[in-house]
Amino acid sequence: MAVSVSRAYSPRWLTQLGNTLSNLLLANRSLRRLLAMVLFFGIWQFLCVINFNVFVDFQFVPSPAKALAATIKFMSGNPWVHFRSSIMRVFWGYGFAAIFGVFLGVLIGWCAVIEDFLLPPLELLRPIPAVAWIPLAILMFPTSESGMIYITFIGAFFPILVSTIRGVESTLNDMVLVRVGQCLGAKPWHIFKDIVVPGSLPSIASGLTIGMGNAWFCLVTAEILAGRYGIGYLTWESYVTSNYPPIVMGMLLIGLLGAFSSWAVSKGMEALMPWRVIKKQS
Amino acid sequence: MTTQIEQRHAVKGAVRVEGVSMTFRRKGHETHVLDSIQLGIEPGEFVCLLGPSGCGKSTLLNVIAGFIKPTAGYVMVDQNPVMRPGADRGFVFQQYSLLPWKTAFQNIELGLKIRGMAKGDRTELVNDYLNRVGLYKHRNSYPHQMSGGMQQRASIVRALVNSPSVLLLDEPFAALDAQTRHMMQELLLDIWEDLKTTVIFVTHDIEEAIFLGDRICVMGVQPGHIKAELPIGLRRPRHFDDTLSADFVNMHRQVFECIREETMKSMEKGF
Repeated sequence: MAVSVSRAYSPRWLTQLGNTLSNLLLANRSLRRLLAMVLFFGIWQFLCVINFNVFVDFQFVPSPAKALAATIKFMSGNPWVHFRSSIMRVFWGYGFAAIFGVFLGVLIGWCAVIEDFLLPPLELLRPIPAVAWIPLAILMFPTSESGMIYITFIGAFFPILVSTIRGVESTLNDMVLVRVGQCLGAKPWHIFKDIVVPGSLPSIASGLTIGMGNAWFCLVTAEILAGRYGIGYLTWESYVTSNYPPIVMGMLLIGLLGAFSSWAVSKGMEALMPWRVIKKQS
Repeated sequence: MTTQIEQRHAVKGAVRVEGVSMTFRRKGHETHVLDSIQLGIEPGEFVCLLGPSGCGKSTLLNVIAGFIKPTAGYVMVDQNPVMRPGADRGFVFQQYSLLPWKTAFQNIELGLKIRGMAKGDRTELVNDYLNRVGLYKHRNSYPHQMSGGMQQRASIVRALVNSPSVLLLDEPFAALDAQTRHMMQELLLDIWEDLKTTVIFVTHDIEEAIFLGDRICVMGVQPGHIKAELPIGLRRPRHFDDTLSADFVNMHRQVFECIREETMKSMEKGF
């Protein structure tokens, strides 16, 4: 067999070592993921240590070690007040975005009249970045807290809306599914409830996951607005006061919280769709 | 066990296709797909629409189902003109068409639920049918957990559970392997012998049409028309051995001759 022939040319112990290594590191998916993180931080630390400066300058970039030290200092202080402020802002902003995004998305995808009345202004507002909303948010909302929630809302709302619309439209476009309903005697309400909504659930789920990431993404923007607490506020304030390691800490914390909550959302949505199976190349 | 399955509906299910023509217009280009089709089907009859690709047999079935409106003519089912799709005409699609987010049981139950049948009644009826086609132990499986044959069995039952006047099947076994296909054909005949629902079965497989049908309507191309109606006199109930009998082989030859010319034309057109 081809396999045994090729092995005969290299020393047996080398092949075995290679096999063991690849079994240890590459066969296990969680190990592979861990390795990716180790490599990422390792390379970053290395670039900081050698003061890498080819086009990109690492001289003032805090190293992972310094960021870690800043994190330890931050955690031993009073971190909870910052976490709570940020998490609550994302919670409310994202919560409203999920409700309005899915609700309006389903209506717009389902009904042409509603689409005509709602979609053009929404499409006009969609490309406006969260930063550009800051002045208006200050003018429009009574408290800076509600302004910040509004900006996280903006970040999460549009991806949820657009994915939901696409999901509904592609389900309606699947002629067989709609016909299945029709020849079972389904009225539009049944087609909506039993076919269109579950059919667009995968799209809605991806919209909700992306929206969650975007909500965190817009948090820094929102917390520039005002306030004395919040992870994004901390990041911005550290920059203003030229205290660099906490910037990286703040960024990583936002990344971490964002990744975790997106993961939680996608797991939650998967639990709603037991019929889905996804097989990937290993 | 209650045997609602064994009720016979031979009194309903008369289908009349009156001068149905169909022209598709796309980008200013007209395609004449069906040319004044005339067809009468008795209650309880099993009719096969047989023809090469592009003869409009699926289009005709879609018109009967009410999915598309004919350019001219009309279809009557039991004195009612067909205006739109409805539960009185069960449909089995060629591609697997179970709703992926419902289990086998929920898929089959859907029509009864829409009709507003009480939960206890519909559970009993659906379980009856699931048993009938050997799917009871798979009733909680999602479609992706079922083989193609199982999915098509569930699709057939999903249509039949609503006791339709007519069962319309659009090449339902075309995607299955040969062994499974034979088993499905026998299974379909078996159920039909019990229910005596009118069946209109579209296929391009000559053997399948002869094995199943009381009558074959051979369709021709350019534009689609009914070229010949051949009654199949083979005894019932039929078993797969019958496909080897001299009568069957003769029939096969006869149908083959009839359809060959149309297939050539269809190939020239590039189907």
